Amino acid sequence: MTFLYSFLFCGFVCLIGQIILDNTKLTPGHVTSLFVVIGAFLDSFGLYDKFIKWFGSGTLVPITSFGHSLIHGALAKANESGILGLLGGMFSLTSVGIVAAIVFGFILTLIFKAKD
Amino acid sequence: MNKERYKEITSKIVPKEDKVKNGIIAFLVGGLIGFLGEIIVVVLENNFNVEHKDATSIMIVILIFIASLCTALGFFDNLVVKAKAGLIVPITGFAHAMTSSMLDYKKEGFVTGIGANAFKLTGSVILYGVVAAYVFGTIRYLFFGG
Repeated sequence: MTFLYSFLFCGFVCLIGQIILDNTKLTPGHVTSLFVVIGAFLDSFGLYDKFIKWFGSGTLVPITSFGHSLIHGALAKANESGILGLLGGMFSLTSVGIVAAIVFGFILTLIFKAKD
Repeated sequence: MNKERYKEITSKIVPKEDKVKNGIIAFLVGGLIGFLGEIIVVVLENNFNVEHKDATSIMIVILIFIASLCTALGFFDNLVVKAKAGLIVPITGFAHAMTSSMLDYKKEGFVTGIGANAFKLTGSVILYGVVAAYVFGTIRYLFFGG
């Protein structure tokens, strides 16, 4: 069942993004930034963790989970080592995605050329 | 020609964007990527004995690699035009933005081109994500005890 829930959740988030893009003058950059903030906001009540439990790993795919991972790592570290942990643990969960995007992007940039 | 007259004429010629169709496409494509992510995690867990936490990380890496490769090969842009938010909102959009801004500025050199522009589009996502997480995290840590 988590397959269906993953599909519906991820699709629903994208649908909201598309509605915002179609009906306002916001660019994709605005929408993704907004969604990251929303993801962080939802996780400050622990709500996003429940989404992951209910709907499976598909909830980690939309950019909202980036905000969730940021605050999640920060709070986990803060519980461990005090208020400084908010700074130290910020990227502890998201570094996989960021580093992968940087490294793959750079290597592929060396190999390929931009179209036209 | 005044502005109103211009609008009147162009509104007849310019095709109206079908918002319902765009929404459905975004829903289906986005859903499919979430579905794919869940499949990768389940396959890794059941067939390769990977722990759940590692499986989700590998899933993210696989999706980012596919998106970066498609961007570098040059056909991701066409897909984005068709699928719109369905590809922008998932993590694939993040990888696409990063790779395409590096590729676009490759001709300006390694430092002033690729280096300076790598985060041109994804920078705002990281900046606002970090600021929001810091503010919300501080509030939760100080007032609700983490």
